[in-house]
Amino acid sequence: MTAIRDWKLFKENLGTQNPVFVQVLGICSTLAVTNVLKNTLVMCLGLIFVTSLSNLSLSLLRAWIPSRIRMMAEVLIIASLVIIVDICLKAYYPEISRQLGPYVGLIITNCIIMGRAEAVALTSPPRTALIDGISSGIGYSYVLLLIACCRELLGTGGIWGARLLGQSWTNWSIMVMAPGGFFVLAVFIWIVKGWIMRPATEKAEA
Amino acid sequence: MQELGFFAILFSAVFTNNILLTNYLGMCSFLGCSREIKTALGLGSAVIFVTAATSVLNWLVYAFILVPLDLVYLRFIVFIVVIAAFVQLVEMIIERVSEPLYNALGIFLPLITVNCAILGVSLFMVIREYTFTQAAGYGLGSGAGWALAIVAMAGIRQRLAQRSRIPRGLEGPGIALIIAGTMALAFMGFNGMINLN
Repeated sequence: MTAIRDWKLFKENLGTQNPVFVQVLGICSTLAVTNVLKNTLVMCLGLIFVTSLSNLSLSLLRAWIPSRIRMMAEVLIIASLVIIVDICLKAYYPEISRQLGPYVGLIITNCIIMGRAEAVALTSPPRTALIDGISSGIGYSYVLLLIACCRELLGTGGIWGARLLGQSWTNWSIMVMAPGGFFVLAVFIWIVKGWIMRPATEKAEA
Repeated sequence: MQELGFFAILFSAVFTNNILLTNYLGMCSFLGCSREIKTALGLGSAVIFVTAATSVLNWLVYAFILVPLDLVYLRFIVFIVVIAAFVQLVEMIIERVSEPLYNALGIFLPLITVNCAILGVSLFMVIREYTFTQAAGYGLGSGAGWALAIVAMAGIRQRLAQRSRIPRGLEGPGIALIIAGTMALAFMGFNGMINLN
């Protein structure tokens, strides 16, 4: 029984309740690095690590956290996890860490993590909270990775540094610059809301 | 990097390196609270004030506490605590001193703690190794740039809501992102003037 519920939660966070499309949360810290696929992947892994573990630990501690200072407790736990991510990156991938710059630290203020902590971790048992954390992290990541693929492919003519489009391809350099991120995300949201989720919403309205 | 003065940094933080339109920071509240000019103005002014003050505070904490004690790796926690404490303090002071101001700004203050732009400014300032005056200029400028962007966005969205028919899938965040992209394009026109990196 619990397994079925967990699976349902997992699927919802990836699809119909996807944090990026439906709630448009937390795009701040990661959208900025989606012009290079490799950096996005690293950020997304960091984010999944932080959401799942912060959800788990907050859920374990939820009986001892007074509700008046819960925001502070959440922020402190999230910040400590982000510090772990930052130190690991600095130690093993100094080059990527330098490129990401402040954005690793900005995972702290990513609204998804806080949102999941508020909505799920403080009210559910550890198991549910952990699954929710992992799935919303993954739901968020695959969207961001798709965006990064689009931007890198159109902006530089290749993915992961390897050139895929032929020499005749003219780079759309706007894609790797800031406005490209806004446009690509908008188009993604449009596609998802307009075609993929429309049957679902119409059914709900009827 | 050449030494930029207070006003040069202030100007470039508002126009050429707008924290929202080039670094995507503070998107959540930007998309969420940009339906009306009045709300946008309130939130914008709160952000200007808090960013300017916390960038200075965090610079002092970083230079005089973290660096001498060799605790630089704790900066994320320390910065966010300074920001949260400052916001709480300001909220209490405003509540006591001025009721109208509290009604105008107070409701936005809790939102600000988790606004990425504020923490982002402090982190950028450390990474780019700004001096004290540069940090002050950067903080003030970034806050002002963010406020400018959200007020402009709210104006556009108010107009849109009155007279435009938007495709169904684009309503809400979708169209807001497209407007933001267009605004970012416009702001890129300033790029040649000064550049921070």
